[in-house]
Amino acid sequence: MTTGINIHTGSAMPLNQANVDTDQIIPKQFLTAVTKSGYGKHLFHDWRYLDQHEQVPNPDFVLNKPQYQGASVLLTRENFGCGSSREHAPWSLDDYGFKVVIGTSFADIFYGNCINNQLLPVQLTSSQMDQLFDLVENDASAQITVNLEQQNVSVGELSFTFDIAEQHKTNLLKGLDAIGQTLELNDKITEFENNLPEWQKA
Amino acid sequence: MATTLYDKIWQAHLVDAQKTSETGEEGLMYIDRHLIHEVTSPQAFAGLDEKGRKVRCPERIFATMDHSISTRSLALDACGPTNKLQLQTLADNCKKHGIELFPVGHQKQGIVHVMGPELGLIQPGMTVVCGDSHTATHGAFGALAFGIGTSQVEHVFATQTLKQSKAKSMKVQVNGSLPIGITAKDIILAIIGKIGHAGATEHVIEYCGEAISALSMEERMTVCNMSIEAGAKAGLIAPDQTTFDYLEGREYAPKGQHWDQAVAYWNTLVSDAGASFDTIIELDAADITPQVTWGTNPGQVIGVNQPVPAPSDFSDPIDKDSANKALKYMDLAPGQKLSDLSVNNVFIGSCTNGRIEDMRAAAAIAKQGKVAAGVTAIVVPGSVSVKAQAEAEQLDKIFIDAGFEWRLPGCSMCLGMNDDILKQGDRCASTSNRNFEGRQGRGARTHLVSPAMAAAAALAGHFADVRDYQ
Ligand code: SF4
Repeated sequence: MTTGINIHTGSAMPLNQANVDTDQIIPKQFLTAVTKSGYGKHLFHDWRYLDQHEQVPNPDFVLNKPQYQGASVLLTRENFGCGSSREHAPWSLDDYGFKVVIGTSFADIFYGNCINNQLLPVQLTSSQMDQLFDLVENDASAQITVNLEQQNVSVGELSFTFDIAEQHKTNLLKGLDAIGQTLELNDKITEFENNLPEWQKA
Repeated sequence: MATTLYDKIWQAHLVDAQKTSETGEEGLMYIDRHLIHEVTSPQAFAGLDEKGRKVRCPERIFATMDHSISTRSLALDACGPTNKLQLQTLADNCKKHGIELFPVGHQKQGIVHVMGPELGLIQPGMTVVCGDSHTATHGAFGALAFGIGTSQVEHVFATQTLKQSKAKSMKVQVNGSLPIGITAKDIILAIIGKIGHAGATEHVIEYCGEAISALSMEERMTVCNMSIEAGAKAGLIAPDQTTFDYLEGREYAPKGQHWDQAVAYWNTLVSDAGASFDTIIELDAADITPQVTWGTNPGQVIGVNQPVPAPSDFSDPIDKDSANKALKYMDLAPGQKLSDLSVNNVFIGSCTNGRIEDMRAAAAIAKQGKVAAGVTAIVVPGSVSVKAQAEAEQLDKIFIDAGFEWRLPGCSMCLGMNDDILKQGDRCASTSNRNFEGRQGRGARTHLVSPAMAAAAALAGHFADVRDYQ
């Protein structure tokens, strides 16, 4: 399993938009693959390319702006990752090079999928997001530091704390093998199954 | 203490109550039923194999092929080599791990959320998961059903459990009875319109009230299906006689004395009087009109006779901005009448509206005319069994005579992983559940409606009020 994340510093890309759904993050035509890698080049396909063969980049889309190349932190707005449960969404964000997504709110399934892929979702208030967008839209080189242990985001003079469930924090920090952990409770699972009424047994 | 239906199912499935942290209750939840399909399972099987782990309870898992299959041919390679590889991978994995699969051509094959219930695989009080967000559909049976990611699919394979945090609870009560011509699809679109596309995030919804109790099981599935479009983790409807009548005699439902024991338990699965909910929403059924989405998320919805809104109608700056973008993408002007809007595609199908009652509702309109010139209209039954039943009732003839295409079952144009895909600029009246940008094809415009409204749009060539066809 992966080794866990704690402190990340990098420049940010401002995707100043609410309700970005997983169909936008990675459209269906790329879901026929049977592996987890190689999705980064299709990330935000519809917005990123003017043609369906990915030959002509859309110069107006933030991912194609020269000043934001190499960004590893994605800034967004409310309800990011809504819609389809496809884990291909965090796989493509990760494959592209994002390590942290900071937004006002996240859809539930997407949030869980991020945790399971060591992609750190950080939730801030909309006025805090306004400040981050302002800063990054004016200075693309600004380095944002996210400290998971201390639950803090800082850049320049700005410093914000964020909430995260203990269980998620631990998983991210330690890079735990969730299945391995649960398998340690095997006896309890068996006991639960043995106690089921006959008609509920598989 | 008075508890909710959700509390009861949660409590009954705790293998290990891990702790009650400041952020709420957490625990290891036992999973009774796991449905899988070709798109979200291959990486989970690969992960399992890499670690040399086994599927713990193959008998609790059922697989189908639905997303990336053709609706014109039963050949696995009909939609190209990558689709075929994915389908073949599912077949190989199921065989290797002893999981029952209903492949293309099988009598029990269908969209995962259509075939599961019709086989009796989904029962009240169960926990049900699938690597698919519309797993919420199965909440219609009073089962706690939710979509999961592929890592969690792998976790359920290996352990038959999932780590869960307890969600908040929301009660959505629909009072009174539905006016003529108003359907379950209109109810759920009206609810999402009211609370918004993220209005139920972090919540499990329980739908109740006279208008909900009066619904058939198929209609209840339509309502619960789109819980995710309101951001909810799951949607629930308490089981009642309608539920038991639907289940009795289905292939995988309990039989004989097990049936009696099951019903006795299922009868306890209601929210107690006085149970408290974190959020309560009420609607009057009498106020609901035929709904049509105008924007690019399901919360951007209006009654068929309402004008398209203007960005200035929204006070929240984010809603304003979303409205602006949506109007542009959908090529709509504020104040425009939906009945002036030409559609050139109609899609009737999906896990929201691909059941036999949906086919009947659409056929009842279809038989009143012919598909308008310039409109391509396809009807895709949700499963082999829906298709067979519709054909036994000669609904296929009605559709074909009216100029609709009658296809093989699958997800089809709901997401277009096969060749049922719209072109740039196409405008579609669709009975599916997502009107996101590009969902049905790059640059294509989707308007979500009920099956009857979709059929009416096909005949009229533009949106029309289905109540004029009654
Ligand atoms: S019909 Fe559409 S929403 Fe339903 S499972 Fe298939 S792709 Fe998903």
